[in-house]
Amino acid sequence: MTVVYFTALALLTLSAYVLASRRSVALSSTGVRLHSLPAYHGLLAISLVIVPMLLIWAVGTPLVSQFAASNALTNFPAETRNDALQAGSALREIKNLAAGQRSGDVSDTLRAAADTYSAWRTTGDYLLLSIGLAAALLGIAASLRLVSGPFRARNHFESVVRVILLACAGVAVLTTIGIVASVLTETIRFFFDPNIKGRPGVFDFLFGTEWNPQQAMRADQGDIKSAYGFVPLLTGTLLITAIAMCVAGPLGLLSAIYLAEYASPRMRRYAKPVLEILAGVPTVVLGFFAALTVAPYIRGWGEALGLDVASESALAAGLVMGMMIIPFISSLSDDVMNAVPQSLRDGAYALGATKSEAIKQVVLPAALPGIVSAFMLAMSRAIGETMIVVMAAGLAANLTLNPLDAVTTITVQIKTILVGDQEFDSAKTLAAFALGFVLFFITLILNIIALRIVRKYREQYD
Amino acid sequence: MENSTVDLSAIERVEAARTAHLTAGAKPAKVLARDVNVYYGDKHALKAVNVEIPDRGVMAFIGPSGCGKSTFLRCINRMNDTIASCRVTGKITIDDQDIYDRSLDVVQLRARVGMVFQKPNPFPKSIYENVAYGPRIHGLTANKAEMDDVVQSSLEKAALWNEVKDRLQDSGTGLSGGQQQRLCIARAIAVNPDIILMDEPCSALDPIATAKVETLIDELRSNFCIIIVTHSMQQAARVSQRTAFFHLGTLVEEDSTKTIFSNPKDQRTQDYITGRFG
Repeated sequence: MTVVYFTALALLTLSAYVLASRRSVALSSTGVRLHSLPAYHGLLAISLVIVPMLLIWAVGTPLVSQFAASNALTNFPAETRNDALQAGSALREIKNLAAGQRSGDVSDTLRAAADTYSAWRTTGDYLLLSIGLAAALLGIAASLRLVSGPFRARNHFESVVRVILLACAGVAVLTTIGIVASVLTETIRFFFDPNIKGRPGVFDFLFGTEWNPQQAMRADQGDIKSAYGFVPLLTGTLLITAIAMCVAGPLGLLSAIYLAEYASPRMRRYAKPVLEILAGVPTVVLGFFAALTVAPYIRGWGEALGLDVASESALAAGLVMGMMIIPFISSLSDDVMNAVPQSLRDGAYALGATKSEAIKQVVLPAALPGIVSAFMLAMSRAIGETMIVVMAAGLAANLTLNPLDAVTTITVQIKTILVGDQEFDSAKTLAAFALGFVLFFITLILNIIALRIVRKYREQYD
Repeated sequence: MENSTVDLSAIERVEAARTAHLTAGAKPAKVLARDVNVYYGDKHALKAVNVEIPDRGVMAFIGPSGCGKSTFLRCINRMNDTIASCRVTGKITIDDQDIYDRSLDVVQLRARVGMVFQKPNPFPKSIYENVAYGPRIHGLTANKAEMDDVVQSSLEKAALWNEVKDRLQDSGTGLSGGQQQRLCIARAIAVNPDIILMDEPCSALDPIATAKVETLIDELRSNFCIIIVTHSMQQAARVSQRTAFFHLGTLVEEDSTKTIFSNPKDQRTQDYITGRFG
């Protein structure tokens, strides 16, 4: 039915455009001076068809589905209907049967329910289609009536475009707000819901030094002492991020300087895409590179020096993560350095500056805001990166700053907690949301700092 | 062509002798170009230019767009080195020293030959740091007090001191266009060069700022050899003592400004200054 609906939508859109623009062409050939070009009359007609039809579909389809479902469930006894779990499973069976995907024995109740469901669905879909068609035809009629010399179709279409753009921007903003709100709600439950067993206080979470989110699933497992101290995760995250930035910062910036200032155009044309490919390597590939190649190498090297190196070390994860974020720094910094006007370099050269003096004292300061934001972007990537750390850094929540120890990060713990079967009312599951919220907060702070720095230097430099 | 250059240098010598009392103690030719050709890739941009530029005075290069006057100017401090496809042949000497000689350090050359560009290009640093930049990279001052003196005297020479003395730590890019250009001149003066090259220094400025910069150029000529490229013939007439006319990559005629504008020898010069082309 959806296919029919959208085919109709396409055909009506096309005809609306053709009819309205033809009509305006015909009008102008009779000597009437048109305010807007025929194409704008056509485009306005299109928006009068597409917008109502899409709205009707977007609102109508879930309504139809829900109406059909509630009617189908009347075939079942009241206790099934009133229990959310049973009603849900019954509904799934009904839908499967109606779609012809269910095999095996079918009870009479279920058969009857599926028939009711299909019948209501069909009726609803036809109703929806006819409402949609009616709206579209009304739209076409209205747009044809509107075609006249003084009618400002161009300006009206412009406001339609503005509304569409606003809606698109709104989706992004609303999604962000929605994510934050959902994470925040669960975080508040984690800390303050009295029904959650084993939940920590806010203070214990933020300053506790032990992380052990295990929980007794069954009575016979006894009482496992769980702890939700966030500090080891934070130090682990910061340690790995610091190692990554130590690798990527100098390498990225220096290669950017080479690319922007020293490399021949030919060299740059090849080197830059190759560097950017590094950013496109899936992190899971980098992860097993870290775990299977780098980590054993570091271990062997450490042992040769008589150091005690864990087989999963912060150093291995940090090094490989550093490799991952090099392109973010080098590519963005290269772009901003290229944007520094040649006249500034000429000014420095004309005063007798050498190339490196001109770069150090003129180009880099002028490009600093962009370079800082490149670093900040790379850092948020490093903090939020999961796969490499999962594979190379381990799960042990050690509170340590020794890069040769195994550590764990916020992202790894979120992943570990949420993989597998979960019950949603346990402190363990909700802890993931609290961690997510803290992670979000950290990157938010980083971004604010970056913006501050950029703005400060912008004011000074532009 | 060969003929006219011989003629020119003869005239020049006469002129130099005539003005010798004005420029007593200075050598007659500060910059000497012999048979200078410049190529951008395959394009022959400058053809066999011969000229002598005297010290302590203003030499103007005029000519229509694309005639090679800026190209020649950029040869004098070897700014063309920064363009990969550019090739220079012939000989340019400053104080009898070949500036394209292998043993010459281009950094030291540029410390002696300052340059002011078409568009004001102050560094995105404070006014003070803009002026202090040159002396700092060449180690011309021993301490902060000396640097303060250099900055102040350079800004004074550039007639900018009174306007900026209370806000030396403000950004140089926050100044008006004319002030920015005078800041760039102060920046060039600060390394105490012998020669200042100016590539259409007033083309991005309004008439009032232009007048200020022109007055400044007139004041500076007692201490520096100034070479200015300009599109405006009025400007050449106002600020320069000698003028060279370039056309299609050749130096057509070079003489005292008065002669060029009142009694040019070449028909092309005549046509250009009377506005028939260009």
